[in-house]
Amino acid sequence: MDLAIKLIVLLPLLAAAIAGLFCRVIGDRPAQIVTCAALLIAAALSILVFATIGFGHEKQVIVPLFTWMTSGTLEVGWSLRVDTLTAVMLIVVTGVSSMVHVYSVGYMAEDPSIPRFMSYLSLFTFFMLMLVTADNLVQLFFGWEGVGLASYLLIGFWYDRPSANAAAIKAFVVNRVGDFGFALGIFAVWMLSGSVDLKEVFDKAPEMAQASFMFLGYQVPALETACLLLFVGAMGKSAQLGLHTWLPDAMEGPTPVSALIHAATMVTAGVFMVCRLSPLFELAPTASAVVTLVGAATAFFAATIGLTQFDIKRVVAYSTCSQLGYMFFAAGVGAYSAAMFHLMTHAFFKALLFLGSGSVIHCLHHEQDMRNMGGVKEKAPQTFILMWIGTLALAGIGVPFILGHGLGFAGFYSKDAILEASYGAHSTVGQIAYWLGVVGAFMTAFYSARLMFMTFYGTYRGDHHTWDHAHESPPVMLIPLYVLAAGALLSGLVAYGWFVGEGWENFWGTSIAVKATEHILHAMHEVDTWVKLLPLVAALSGMALSYYYYVVNPAMPAKTIRAFKPLHTLFYNKWYFDELYDAMLVQPALAIGRLFWKKGDGATIDGLGPDGLAARANDVAGVLSRFQSGYLYHYAFVMLVGVAALVSYFMLFVR
Amino acid sequence: MASWPILSVVTFLPLVGALFCLVVQGPKEAVDRNCRSAALITSLVTFLVSLLLWVHFDPTKAGFQFEEKVAWIPALNIGYHMGIDGISLFFVLLSTLLTPICILASWEAVETRVKEYMVAFLVLETFMVGMFCALDLALFYVFFEGVLIPMFLIIGVWGGKRRVYAAFKFFLYTLLGSVLMLLAIIAIYWQAGTSDFPTVMEKLQLPFQWQFWLWLAFFASFAVKVPMWPVHTWLPDAHVEAPTAGSVILAGVLLKMGGYGFIRFSVTLFPEATQYFAPLVFGLSVIAVIYTSLVALVQEDMKKLIAYSSVAHMGFVTIGIYVMNMQGVQGSIFQMLSHGIVSAALFLCVGIVYDRMHTREIAAYGGLVHRMPRYAFVFMFFTLASVGLPGLSGFIGEFLVLIGTFKANTWVAFLAATGLILGAAYALWLYRKIIFGELTKDSLKAILDMNRREVAVFLPLVLIVLWMGIYPNSFLDPMAPAVDKLIGDYNAALKLARTAALP
Repeated sequence: MDLAIKLIVLLPLLAAAIAGLFCRVIGDRPAQIVTCAALLIAAALSILVFATIGFGHEKQVIVPLFTWMTSGTLEVGWSLRVDTLTAVMLIVVTGVSSMVHVYSVGYMAEDPSIPRFMSYLSLFTFFMLMLVTADNLVQLFFGWEGVGLASYLLIGFWYDRPSANAAAIKAFVVNRVGDFGFALGIFAVWMLSGSVDLKEVFDKAPEMAQASFMFLGYQVPALETACLLLFVGAMGKSAQLGLHTWLPDAMEGPTPVSALIHAATMVTAGVFMVCRLSPLFELAPTASAVVTLVGAATAFFAATIGLTQFDIKRVVAYSTCSQLGYMFFAAGVGAYSAAMFHLMTHAFFKALLFLGSGSVIHCLHHEQDMRNMGGVKEKAPQTFILMWIGTLALAGIGVPFILGHGLGFAGFYSKDAILEASYGAHSTVGQIAYWLGVVGAFMTAFYSARLMFMTFYGTYRGDHHTWDHAHESPPVMLIPLYVLAAGALLSGLVAYGWFVGEGWENFWGTSIAVKATEHILHAMHEVDTWVKLLPLVAALSGMALSYYYYVVNPAMPAKTIRAFKPLHTLFYNKWYFDELYDAMLVQPALAIGRLFWKKGDGATIDGLGPDGLAARANDVAGVLSRFQSGYLYHYAFVMLVGVAALVSYFMLFVR
Repeated sequence: MASWPILSVVTFLPLVGALFCLVVQGPKEAVDRNCRSAALITSLVTFLVSLLLWVHFDPTKAGFQFEEKVAWIPALNIGYHMGIDGISLFFVLLSTLLTPICILASWEAVETRVKEYMVAFLVLETFMVGMFCALDLALFYVFFEGVLIPMFLIIGVWGGKRRVYAAFKFFLYTLLGSVLMLLAIIAIYWQAGTSDFPTVMEKLQLPFQWQFWLWLAFFASFAVKVPMWPVHTWLPDAHVEAPTAGSVILAGVLLKMGGYGFIRFSVTLFPEATQYFAPLVFGLSVIAVIYTSLVALVQEDMKKLIAYSSVAHMGFVTIGIYVMNMQGVQGSIFQMLSHGIVSAALFLCVGIVYDRMHTREIAAYGGLVHRMPRYAFVFMFFTLASVGLPGLSGFIGEFLVLIGTFKANTWVAFLAATGLILGAAYALWLYRKIIFGELTKDSLKAILDMNRREVAVFLPLVLIVLWMGIYPNSFLDPMAPAVDKLIGDYNAALKLARTAALP
């Protein structure tokens, strides 16, 4: 077991090192084989670990490696912790990652730097695995920043493109803003509990909930503040409202990257973190309320933007942002298991949607604008079917009330669980989240169906040269899609009982906050029938409306845009967040930097300091040198003046 | 414990090489070649000998080890007293490590006055090592000031276009501070009757008024060296004009003299003043972190950008020292060591392209990754170490400093931590402008990747940065007892002063 866990984490690192450092020696094909093999083995081992931990007696395994740093009372170790929460993430990460590795063999076949790409993917997987197996907050931070690095490298993978470079830096820096909060949160937790190890911190949580400390001049409740700071980190990584601006730009990266990092795994790290720290969050009601509100607002806000975008990847990206909001508000109301449930199902269907979009893009020779698509189902029938599975899973379509919990696609179970839980929480923020979530579900169904209709239906709107060469993707790309489609079809049905059904206690053990979960799961099953039905109704009507708009009456979108011009402009321009940040933060920072440099360092410090002194010294020397003119009468005159002055002085004062 | 005076050997061995260089005769080419080899061999041997210090160092002891004590000016009670503890051990190693790397890095870059150049570097090494080992205030001052002379020459003779301006600025700034320190040392000497540092440490108990002024005098010298805002403006100029190896030593070792001085002298000798002035240091350091990071964002010259980032990184160091807890001080020392390696490596990176293109202007580059993949990797690696990516050395220092600071003062930690965001912004921006993008400039189309010698320069640095990032305890453990004692003594002194103040 220990060995299996070590292998899962370290194999990707090894593969990354081999592919990255010796790429010129070993060539493209071996690099692909090494990385894919490492990931497939890791995925197989993960299933083993998942089965052992999730359904065995031993609910938690900790594999200590060695100490990291010791300073006074601060002790940080390298160790791998696997409990059910981690095991779920292991499945998600290695599962999606191995599929994306295989898919990339086909998708990136014509790229000149294949080994580098494969190496980055594996490196990312390593950091992500370090993140989910972290046994202390600092190691979590290590994985956290590590995935940020991998994301930076992969967004900027095509480094010739200025837009890709800009997006990469933006992703890293915006994430750093989140990490800034995360780091302060770690400091606060350490100061309050005296440890960064999860177990000890959790043991101290009740004490911390009572304590308070001085933060920035205010006496603040300890645990609430720490949780809020940590949540800022989660907001950055999971692209929540305010720190979301990097995610759409991150679509500059190759599509497999978007699927792996910016849909299935890395962006869910924030949700994972909140669930991982659920023993803290459950005792911090205010912080949890903030989590709920931010999540709900994001779920709604990102969906509004998704309605209007034309870039196929950006639609999916905003949808990701929105779905992450759902996960957060679930965690905020205490339904950590529901959040994790949606995290898992979402990983499958969203990776499927991204890779499917990639397949379309591949088919149409790197066309991403949906306005230049249409009718693609003729050329790519398999992708078409697979994308429909993903879309229906995302929209959460299913048949309620049969077979106990209904029968449907993965999202049907998990999204409904989230909405029921937020309604069942019987709190104001829970209500807000429920209603925003229902509206969001309507919009989600609308835009994801819109994507399908604009891409696959109607007639082709692009240029004919591309159309003639359009083709279905090769098997190496389609097989991963089938695997993910299986997940999108079945994961909800299979895992419902484990995650949020009757078996949750056996399954989760103590890996998530038990008390809150028990409470919320109970409340969730008690809600009225209409609460359970409404999301489905919203989703179905969203799809129906989309069908009317984009298939039955294609003139409608233009008409609607005209009718709601200001609103559409706002949504289409992403609520002007980028412009706002640029004007409020980026430009002022540069202006101040320039001011400090030229006026501060140059004029003031150097001007008054060294240069000024030197200049004054020169001036004085110049004045003094004028006295030494060499003319005798000058000297005689000065002497005379001196004598006169002395005599006067004595006459006036000394006498 | 070795039976031979190992510290003196490490300190003065470079002078043997320097002597050889001075006497070697013959045609210019032969002399140059011999001087290069002699300097490299001498500095490598010195490094190997200095490693013995680490091997034989007893990491459980807090006091000074490898002590050597000989009377120097017996009439005045001034001695030649050398010794190191866990705090100074790694600074000695840093100096002896960077010198051979500098010599290797100047192998082809320096073509004029090679003999004198090598002599200057070897003499510089003697002064640097001696400075970190000296346990007598007078001896310390001699080494501390001695460093200025070879450095002044290195900038002034082998520097760039405005080298004379930069050299003078550097010299005057640092000298001005040092003069005040000399006065303070003399004052201490008259008070204690000796300049022997351990004796002074034990016997000297100064009233607050004295501490106040003496602390300020030492501060004047060390703040310039660190450098702290607002006396930092000599650094960008000095870096820009210095030859590559000069920048490496300047950033790698010379800046650390200030931080080392704070720890060794200011904090130890003037505990009350240290506590009194801590807010001042925090204020200046926080300004340094934010101000210079913002300035770094808009630089057009590669070296200037890295120089400003150095000021920001050193801001963390001064904060950590003055929070005076275990994490803060250990973090500061670690940050200095890490910065010593990382900024040195970044200046070497600049040197690589400067040697080829003879310009440091950022706008003159772009798309180098197409021609120089190895260089792109190395540069990326050290850029990430500089922005404090966990797993590399930069993270440990910043993390420890900030976690220690948070305990002492959340405002300072909060403001200093913004440096993490700004640091990522300017470092990645620089990288992007130089390495990424299309290779469109004709002048760059034939540029060559790093050769074997250049790889040999970077390889040890890469390994050390990884080591320091993944298993920092190799470095933290030996310094722990000394830092623990430092803080214990400090708190005891404060307590004593408080009790004495009570009526």
